[in-house]
Amino acid sequence: MIIGGYVISVAVFVGIWVTLALSLNILTGYAGQVSLGHAAFFGIGAYTSAILSLRYGLPFWADLLGAIVVTGLVGMVLGLPSLRVRHDFLVLATMGINFVVVAVFKYVDFFGGAMGLVNIPAPSILGYSFRGGTPYLLLVWAFAFLTWLVSWYVSRTWTGLAFNILRIDEDAAAAVGVSVPRFKVYAFCISAALAGGAGSLYGHFIGSVFPDTFAFVESIAILSMVIFGGVGTLRGPILGAIILKAAPELLRVVGSYRFTLYGGLLVLMMLFQPMGLLGDDSFLWRNLTRFFHRRPEAEEVVS
Amino acid sequence: MPFMQNLSNAVVLASTYILMAVGLTMVYGVLKVLHIAQAAVYTIGAFIGLLVFTWVGNFWLALAAAMLISGVIGVLIYRLTYHYMLDAPRTVPLIASIGMFVMFTDLLQKDFLMGPYQKALPAGGAGLPAVKTAWFSLAPKQLLILVVTAVLLVAVYFILTRTRIGLGWQAAAMDRDMAAAVGVNLNRVIAFNFFLGSALAGAAGVLVGVYNNSVFATMGDLPSYKAFIIIVLGGMGSLPGTIVASLLLAIVENFLVASIGYVLPRDAIAFLVLILMLMFRPHGLFGQE
Repeated sequence: MIIGGYVISVAVFVGIWVTLALSLNILTGYAGQVSLGHAAFFGIGAYTSAILSLRYGLPFWADLLGAIVVTGLVGMVLGLPSLRVRHDFLVLATMGINFVVVAVFKYVDFFGGAMGLVNIPAPSILGYSFRGGTPYLLLVWAFAFLTWLVSWYVSRTWTGLAFNILRIDEDAAAAVGVSVPRFKVYAFCISAALAGGAGSLYGHFIGSVFPDTFAFVESIAILSMVIFGGVGTLRGPILGAIILKAAPELLRVVGSYRFTLYGGLLVLMMLFQPMGLLGDDSFLWRNLTRFFHRRPEAEEVVS
Repeated sequence: MPFMQNLSNAVVLASTYILMAVGLTMVYGVLKVLHIAQAAVYTIGAFIGLLVFTWVGNFWLALAAAMLISGVIGVLIYRLTYHYMLDAPRTVPLIASIGMFVMFTDLLQKDFLMGPYQKALPAGGAGLPAVKTAWFSLAPKQLLILVVTAVLLVAVYFILTRTRIGLGWQAAAMDRDMAAAVGVNLNRVIAFNFFLGSALAGAAGVLVGVYNNSVFATMGDLPSYKAFIIIVLGGMGSLPGTIVASLLLAIVENFLVASIGYVLPRDAIAFLVLILMLMFRPHGLFGQE
């Protein structure tokens, strides 16, 4: 276990959850496929990386790559139900997937059972060990930044446009020649692969993985972060993950009522700001943009 | 004979599923909302039943109180949340529902409510006798569940087919806008729907609490997920389908899972069934495209 100070470890967790929120955002925010099974992908990444490291003795970077590739492929397969069911029943299906994945971790001996997998070695790249807290912190946030870059890049490509129309109207997407199944599977694959990377980083940081870490409630937590911050934007999930992950760690009162907070926020956001705090056309974002745009306009009037 | 015994056990299990799923099916029928928060109502019902039973010591009073309070909570949930989301995309009320479920479950685990422990609810069979025949035997508790479920289902049947508000519900389930256009008071019908469904869920909570002699804050998790499996199996929004699907799931669990249950726990198998159903028969076993 590599803990370099409490604040640094909280910052590492926040970075991992920023990655998770951003990756779920590609699936839910861009492609409109609401998933309550994202913790399953997180877990598949963590377990893949732990197994590659413990059973096959692969170095850290290979674990990370392996976790990304394996989780991406599994994500493609687990995304198949989305081809048949939509909206609320897809949510049910992803929820079921989360339960089955956790049950497999728990009851199949290969995955260590309820005792999990322990003694995952501290990460090192090319002989340089990330034993200290700060280098690992930078690595985690570099991966979060990479996830942000992927999100940004996807939103500017043809795939991003296809995701957009998939979210707005699947029938219209099919009508204009966008292959709905293909892009749904793409969305699941990209989203799962990035979450798998986060899982690998998590496992190497904690040094052990347990099935219950990746349970259904964690999926709810990740979805809360995306929705609270602003679903479908590049800025929102980052803010949501930072606030909702850091608050329970830093404030004890919030910590013991963590899921009351997550649940209550979901209800309140759905009632008053379904687009999230920083979503397009949300109260806060409208006023922020107005505030920053007013000055140049005012100057123009004066001149 | 073990076959008949298994079957009667399955019917008892199915009874609790039916009580849980009928309310959810009714809500889905009119609002097209997957009301996950009903799991919390089920737990609250069990909790109220436990409190009243500890104070008064009478099972029937505890059941009545639990049903009444659960029903009121159900109506409050509707009036304070779903009511404002009727025209929103379907994932909006669903996410709110999940939020409420997580919030209630977390709050119930706090010490000032239930605490994180299991508590006993030793109502036994509420004075009912044990049944013993040549083919199967029923413990008093099992008979209690069967009797209460049967009475409640008959009551629901009469309410839905013989009363004004029940007929209004049927109209609203067919076409909400059209029902409103011909003078059905939608607000009343939907509120009544939530009252009835939540009261049934509360009753299910009390009965399961008595049956297992244990009440705890997370007891609603699995029954609620299973209730969704039942709704999908039963063809979404169809009450007879729900009842048949409840029986089917309970029978499959009791017979089939007993033989392959060592691979995965029975609940994981139930979810596999759900995923496969959604993929291959998304309109349920009896539904049409």
